[in-house]
Amino acid sequence: MGMTITEKIFARASGHRKVTPGQLVDANIDVVMCHDVTTPPAISMLVERGIDRVFDPEKIVVTPDHFQPPKDVKSAELHKRLDAWAKQHKIKYYYKLGRAGVCHALLPEQGHIRPGEVIVGGDSHTCTYGALAAFSTGIGSTDLAASIATGRLWFRVPASMKFVLNGSLRSGVYSKDVILTVIARIGTDGALYKAMEFVGPALAKMSMEARMTITNMAIEAGAKNGIIGFDDVTKAYLDGRLKGKQDYTAVASDDDADYAAVEEFDCSAIEPMVALPHLPSGGVAIGNCAGMAMDQAYIGSCTNGRIEDLRIAAGVLKGKEVKIRTLVVPATPVIWKQAADEGLFDVFYDAGCVISAPTCGACLGGFMGVLAAGEKCISTTNRNFVGRMGSPKSEVYLASPATVAASAVEGRLADPRKHL
Amino acid sequence: MSKAHVYKRDHINTDEIIPARYLNTDAEAELATHCLEDLDVNFVKKVRPGDVVVAGDDFGCGSSREHAVWAIRGAKVQTVIARSFARIFYRNAIDCGFYLIESAEAVNKITDGDEVEIDYDAGVIHDKTNGRKIKFQPLPDFALEIIAAGGLLNKIAAELKG
Ligand code: SF4
Repeated sequence: MGMTITEKIFARASGHRKVTPGQLVDANIDVVMCHDVTTPPAISMLVERGIDRVFDPEKIVVTPDHFQPPKDVKSAELHKRLDAWAKQHKIKYYYKLGRAGVCHALLPEQGHIRPGEVIVGGDSHTCTYGALAAFSTGIGSTDLAASIATGRLWFRVPASMKFVLNGSLRSGVYSKDVILTVIARIGTDGALYKAMEFVGPALAKMSMEARMTITNMAIEAGAKNGIIGFDDVTKAYLDGRLKGKQDYTAVASDDDADYAAVEEFDCSAIEPMVALPHLPSGGVAIGNCAGMAMDQAYIGSCTNGRIEDLRIAAGVLKGKEVKIRTLVVPATPVIWKQAADEGLFDVFYDAGCVISAPTCGACLGGFMGVLAAGEKCISTTNRNFVGRMGSPKSEVYLASPATVAASAVEGRLADPRKHL
Repeated sequence: MSKAHVYKRDHINTDEIIPARYLNTDAEAELATHCLEDLDVNFVKKVRPGDVVVAGDDFGCGSSREHAVWAIRGAKVQTVIARSFARIFYRNAIDCGFYLIESAEAVNKITDGDEVEIDYDAGVIHDKTNGRKIKFQPLPDFALEIIAAGGLLNKIAAELKG
């Protein structure tokens, strides 16, 4: 019996020739991602126990993003603690000031993710990096502290589920619609504790950015990680981008690897989707919900705040005006600059959007677009839980950048295909 | 006396356990004052030290914020009994040395307000109100080792100093 990509990565990281699902392993960590919410408590935990050390200052990547720049005194204190610690330990890759960005967009963009490696981060959407054929998963502050101090962590090797994306996407339909369709089918615990491996002709045609939208939301199905095998798209994305070590192992699943389940999707039949409140699994085709009035539109986040997403949104908004409060939040400074250079900000400005600096901002109800009771937001983010973007009486609807932009123009849930 | 606070819903998520608007601090006592606030605003008024929370499937889904575990622990809740737990929440709890119980039977049989007593070694929940004894599968050995050490970091600190 062969191994899946995820199993191969764990075998290498734990020094075994072979591992099987369910096995407990002690794995070497290649990269640890740290941000402003979960890292300061991890640092305190280490200091309290007299083990204030880092296993390798070149393998820890730090960026404040959740409350970036600090939104109030308390978050400023968190940033201050993070900053002092990063300087004290001479963290080599510390993205601060005008270089800080939404972690899961920033790390791949800045070349910190290598295929075949193990990456952990103090954030649940760390699973995003699996698009680059790496194992990556979100951890809490205790695990983060352990990883920072020792560069090792215990794992139970997950069983893998295979998601075969057949056919090809129609115009106006994007990878966000695909992942919302997948989660609508299997539910928010449909892949609990498992690895979600994506394959198939529709996936092969997707850009790296589109793929990251898919692996980003693996956690929304309860998965431990999302992963996509190495191919030409991966290689092209990595060339000239990697920081530090340039070589990597391009892993792929064996033909006779074992899967807990195989789910097939005909992507040619997928419609623009909207996940209704209050679960990411609430996806329905736009035809079933179009017309519902919205109060805010949000274009950004680690799910859909990359340059491709902004181009798609601008394509819809060009020459039009928005009817509701619309926020555009480029996920990183590089994306921000690129959008400015390409003239996308002119489109957003003319349409009447608010353009923000890179931040998680309102995605988690932090600041910059928090919702009042009774308000509804159509958003390119990944979670629509109760209270996620503000008042527990507000509602969040998830969709692709095109659908969000179209809805901003109409002031209600709208089919993007009319606006392309 | 430990009382059960039963929320039979599935997918009670980390935003309900500790809303992100309170994540600008990591002080456990402060987080505890907002424990489960978006699920039940009266929870912190009702809960007494040693009480237990009972819930459906996928408890703790969503963000990786360990703040969710700290808020519950800070509110002096003894354990959470659920039909199943979301992965990161489950792992965080073990790492913090906080015991969780997975038991569909317990969720079916315990009613809100019941008085319960838990024998962790034997794996038995005694519902004193209805007189039932409900068995559960104790946590695996590696998790018990972490809990016995007072959490993963205490274990690591001991190893590093040892
Ligand atoms: S953009 Fe939203 S989902 Fe992504 S890391 Fe930030 S808060 Fe989390």
